[in-house]
Amino acid sequence: MELPLLHLALVGTPNSGKTSLFNALTGSRQKVANYPGVTVERKEGFFVTPQGRQVSVVDLPGTYSLRGRSPDEEITRDFVLGKASGETVPDLVLCVADSTNLRLTIRLLLELKRTGRPMVLVLNMFDIAARRGITVDVERLAKELGLPVVTSIAVRKGGTADLLKLTDEISARLAAEAEANSWRALSVSELRATQREADRIIADCVSLPARPDTWTARIDAVVLHPVGGLIVLTLILFVMFQAVFAWAQPAMDLLKSGFDAFGEFVQATLPDGLLQSFLQNGVISGVGSVIVFLPQIILIFLFILLLEDFGYMARAAFLMDRIMGGAGLHGRAFIPLLSSFACAIPGIMATRVIDNKRDRLTTILIAPLMTCSARIPVYTLIISAFIPARDVWGFINLQGLVMFGLYVAGITSALVVSFLIKFFMLRDYAPAPFMLELPDYKMPRLKSIAIGIYTRAKMFLVRAGTTIFSMMVLIWFLASFPQPPAGATEPAIDFSLAAMIGKALEPLLAPVGFNWQIAVALIPGMAAREVAVAALGTVYAIEGGKEAAEQIGQVLATKWSLATALSMLAWYIFAPQCASTLAVIRRETGSWTWMAVTFFYMLVLAYAASLLTYNVAVALGAG
Amino acid sequence: MTNTNDTRPHMPLGLAQRGYTGVIQHLSAREAGSALSDIELESRLIELGFVEGARVEVLHEGLVGRDPIAVRVDSITIAVRRREAMAIIVA
Repeated sequence: MELPLLHLALVGTPNSGKTSLFNALTGSRQKVANYPGVTVERKEGFFVTPQGRQVSVVDLPGTYSLRGRSPDEEITRDFVLGKASGETVPDLVLCVADSTNLRLTIRLLLELKRTGRPMVLVLNMFDIAARRGITVDVERLAKELGLPVVTSIAVRKGGTADLLKLTDEISARLAAEAEANSWRALSVSELRATQREADRIIADCVSLPARPDTWTARIDAVVLHPVGGLIVLTLILFVMFQAVFAWAQPAMDLLKSGFDAFGEFVQATLPDGLLQSFLQNGVISGVGSVIVFLPQIILIFLFILLLEDFGYMARAAFLMDRIMGGAGLHGRAFIPLLSSFACAIPGIMATRVIDNKRDRLTTILIAPLMTCSARIPVYTLIISAFIPARDVWGFINLQGLVMFGLYVAGITSALVVSFLIKFFMLRDYAPAPFMLELPDYKMPRLKSIAIGIYTRAKMFLVRAGTTIFSMMVLIWFLASFPQPPAGATEPAIDFSLAAMIGKALEPLLAPVGFNWQIAVALIPGMAAREVAVAALGTVYAIEGGKEAAEQIGQVLATKWSLATALSMLAWYIFAPQCASTLAVIRRETGSWTWMAVTFFYMLVLAYAASLLTYNVAVALGAG
Repeated sequence: MTNTNDTRPHMPLGLAQRGYTGVIQHLSAREAGSALSDIELESRLIELGFVEGARVEVLHEGLVGRDPIAVRVDSITIAVRRREAMAIIVA
């Protein structure tokens, strides 16, 4: 008879190596989803024990206690207590500890014991502890704690063998073990008492070497130096940007030409008509225009995961905390905002590391102001058509300078908006504390990184296949219906709903110098900003193809005034035109209101910036 | 616990300079003026290992206003703003 699925839960403090143990146990057999009603990532994986028992293991968010001061920590508490909705109470809780740093985990463990769940302490990273001269009397520790203790080296092949064996032994006698839950929120004095008890147990069972990890101290002497640290951070960012924008290019070009070829194949194979247009313009070019960003997303996550596993992220937050604090941002907002330069979607998802709700909301609201990579095609097109490629002050390229200026404008406006949000909307609010463990540095492990990138790339592709796909279908519909009457010579789009909307919007957009063609292009640009480039091409009835962007540039240079072009650039710094970003904001804030707020405040900013730019440019004679 | 140094005056960790070493005497969340309630701040400090008798050393300071500070607490390093560190009384 087959035994029922055994449910394990991994609990531990942040930086305990929980996730690398999870990866070691389950490999790529992982499912990432959200807990119902909250935006906390639920990671579940599966494996089989040596004796053939099927096991499901859930990697719970890291926590220092069961008090539940953030949504993440509430999930961990409710899950262990069996109160999380729709979740099975775990058969066995694996409390994961970094063997080099037992203090906080043993305290957490003493608190966890009161829940009465069968539990095992896993001393992870046991090899690093041994190398540093830390010795743990495992048997004595197990006796003192009254539960099984097992060592593991998650990152080494076979390093979890003991844990697997123990799981089999325990699962055989599980039913007898569960005790009644006697946990309730600890008072301050109980917290203190558990920490004292933990310290006593550690003093009895663990011998620590005289000096701390020298490598960490040496690296920190440079990396956390008030000035040197900021220089290092700038260098890291520079390399990261270079990678995301330069190294990703060949792969992106390859994907793009792949989708183009596929589209042309469909065009050539299928008869002209609705189906052909739907597949080529709606599905392939629409979804393709988003999937093209996959190499950039993989690269940015590669950097983020590497820096995180190494232990640098906490340091970056430390360095930036006060600098960003001036604009009302939390130190931990730094990484999400950084990711937003690639794409606001992973950036907004990364705000989950901010445990304070209001800090997180502010970060989500300004993330779309960071110049994401989808704006680059639009900027490049307009700059190359209108800005002469001459040098200023002898050595700086004017086109490059304008591009740089657009980035600076985005960052500056983000800081100003954040400051205003803090000043007007969240006024009664004192800054959330910044308290963060700075873990010892650790060598990142390839396998763990690869699994992390794989799960994120999969999430991105799934979204491209669902949300973005349905948006593209809608936009294709608007741009294709109603059909032009027989014998019409104008481009088909002139007769469509999109053109009607564009012409209806024209009076509104005339003050900022936009004609109806631009208004039409802004509509498909809603799906993904760079689609506006292709849409302008369609509207100006240019055949697509590889040189399309170049040709559109020439046409624009004859049809638009410089003032219109500059106004368009200003518009794109702020334009809220990205349906998928708005969808992610709605999901992450759990509120339509904040999505609407983001849309309207960015729209107002875009309009105001364009209006100002256009009128100043006209006044200076560029109209 | 035996490390209490009676000859040194008690002071909040929030005022300590880089290189300072001492022993935690007690926590006094009311002194801190943090956004958190006294109980919440005290609980969080304890959960990060700031308990009476723990050895602390200020390892690093931020650039702006020498804030935040990185503090070695026994065997771990914790980053904390000076505002919250005012609740930790050391000597």
